[in-house]
Amino acid sequence: MSFPLIVFYVLSAILLFSAFKVVTAKNPVHAALWLVLAFFTSSGHWLLLQAEFLAIALVLVYVGAVMVLFLFVVMMLDINIEKMRAGFWQHFPLAATVGLIMVAEMVLILASPQAHLAGYEAAAPLAADASNVKVLGLQIYTTYLMPFELAAVLLLLAIVAAIALTQRERKDGKYVDPAMQVEVKAADRLSIVKMAAVRDEPVINETNEPQA
Amino acid sequence: MNWADLNLMPALPEIFLLAALSFILVLDLFIPDEKRDVTYGLSLLTLAACAALQLATFEPFATTTFSGMFVDDPMADIIKVAMYGVTAAVLVYTRQYVADRGMFRGEYYTLSLFALLGMNVMVSSSHFLTLYIGLELLSLALYALIALRRDSAAGTEAAMKYFVLGALASGMLLYGMSMVYGATGSLAISEIAAAIASGHSNAVLLVFGLVFLVAGLAFKLGAVPFHMWVPDVYQGSPTAVTLMLGAAPKLAAFVFIIRILVQGMGELSGDWQGMLVLIAALSMMIGNVAAIAQTNIKRMLAYSTISHMGFLLLGLLAANEQGYASAMFYAMVYVLTTLAGFGVLLALSHAGFECEKLEDLKGLNQRNSWYAFLMLLVMFSMAGIPPLAGFYAKFAVIKSVVDLGAVNMGFGMVSALYLAVFAVMMSLVGAFYYLRVVKNMYFDDKQSDAPIVVRGEMKVLLSVNALALLVLGVLPQGLIELCIEAMRQSLAVL
Repeated sequence: MSFPLIVFYVLSAILLFSAFKVVTAKNPVHAALWLVLAFFTSSGHWLLLQAEFLAIALVLVYVGAVMVLFLFVVMMLDINIEKMRAGFWQHFPLAATVGLIMVAEMVLILASPQAHLAGYEAAAPLAADASNVKVLGLQIYTTYLMPFELAAVLLLLAIVAAIALTQRERKDGKYVDPAMQVEVKAADRLSIVKMAAVRDEPVINETNEPQA
Repeated sequence: MNWADLNLMPALPEIFLLAALSFILVLDLFIPDEKRDVTYGLSLLTLAACAALQLATFEPFATTTFSGMFVDDPMADIIKVAMYGVTAAVLVYTRQYVADRGMFRGEYYTLSLFALLGMNVMVSSSHFLTLYIGLELLSLALYALIALRRDSAAGTEAAMKYFVLGALASGMLLYGMSMVYGATGSLAISEIAAAIASGHSNAVLLVFGLVFLVAGLAFKLGAVPFHMWVPDVYQGSPTAVTLMLGAAPKLAAFVFIIRILVQGMGELSGDWQGMLVLIAALSMMIGNVAAIAQTNIKRMLAYSTISHMGFLLLGLLAANEQGYASAMFYAMVYVLTTLAGFGVLLALSHAGFECEKLEDLKGLNQRNSWYAFLMLLVMFSMAGIPPLAGFYAKFAVIKSVVDLGAVNMGFGMVSALYLAVFAVMMSLVGAFYYLRVVKNMYFDDKQSDAPIVVRGEMKVLLSVNALALLVLGVLPQGLIELCIEAMRQSLAVL
């Protein structure tokens, strides 16, 4: 077993374990931290594939920016996840069984001799001075120009959607509009109920026995 | 690629749509609430301009641009023009409804246009990457639209369900795409087709990826056994958004399937035919049977959608030009019918009242005989009763199955007649619950005397829309020939 293969298996084991812990962790802060580990480990996979730039981008963007923001939000909102997913552990054995069967089936198909995955050759190693950034940049701004622009549109949409869904007036806000206060009429605040001036005398039930 | 070679003309409508939508997005910030009609008018104007640009740049053959990632063929042109029309109709129908429910905000219109842009990208992509980004653009806009009414618990729940299951479906689709990439070494649809045709690609990996692709597509289409989200989302969303996600996206999903299964993996039709037969048969059965038990009309229409998607797949699984054309015709007629059906429901809803129970339609004929008549046309068309368009659409897809003779079920050839007979039986079952609505409207006493107030432009458009079902039913030849011609021109190349 070659050294890169050993590294691959070690990284994969850590990745799978931390991904599993993200889902099962009881404390949302722990889940976020496990997710950091998962991202960090998968950037190791990129490195094994000689994609240094993507590996660094993954660490910078996901571990550095996204997950730190995520941690802030989790800490500020103080969500009790355990209460939200009552019944999770009750359904867990069934879900795990279904998942394991699916994995086993997929492994059986992909590992069968008909699939001959062994026929795929490993990618040739890059030259020592090959630049990831240059190749990526050339690809993104020429061949993949359209998906690149569309990804930008997707981000714009995400901003619009997030603002549309979260921006609202505070329920406990004390702000009042003076113009609306001036315009208020008595009828807006006060409702007058018409009642008969004289009420009928209440009928007294004489058969009622005095209470013991 | 050289910058001088970049031909932007085929993508002109999309570029204009994006520019106009960014303009509306910014302009809307400076418009006070009482002048929100400006946003509404500008959105309609944008749609009209897009349709005009689409027709002006029409070419009777396929042109590609953006290094072959974007394709503009007659099928895409026709579907896109239809989608502009459908989106405009949705905006007109929902104008009063959203105003009554505090959703009459700029975001409603910009998100709708974003969704349309996503659909346009889906329709015009010839690369797995752009197909997927288009799908995500559409889905993300729809998730936000469903949750737009923030104080509605049902809406938020529907958005959450749609989001989680949509993410799962996207995962399946991506997994399938990655397998296909592994087998063929490319994500471009034309190269995938060439690699499969050359016979050098890894067959096991291909079929393995195909299974995931079909599952992801069925999820997005809402076909059994991946239909669980449809009734909940249809019922929980505000009716305006239900219409938005039930109409134009079905057209986009149809082209999406054509691009992936037919243009990309057409050589494997023997493999996906059997899968589609099962999905179509189950959809027709479960959709029609479950719809009988519903008391909520939006939920009933959701199950009816599931069964209609089954019929749509009947045309696709024929795997020949005639079948695809009939499926395209079916999709167009289905969208037109849905539009009119939800249009009547929106017309009957008013501030503080949602028309969504079957009883709410009782005695509609006594209240307003014109809307009752329009709803009657819609229900008859959905049930497939001649001379309405729905009959001809069902006839066309079933005919394409009968002409097939036999379908490949994977374990062997099975006579296609069984499938055709089954489809007819299921459409008979479906007739029951469509006709129950008609019975409610005409033979029951009215439950309320609330006046039906509808804006003028909606009244006209709704009438034209429902009467178009009658016209298309009597004279379907024009549209069906258009579909056949579009399919022939679009499938010839790539």
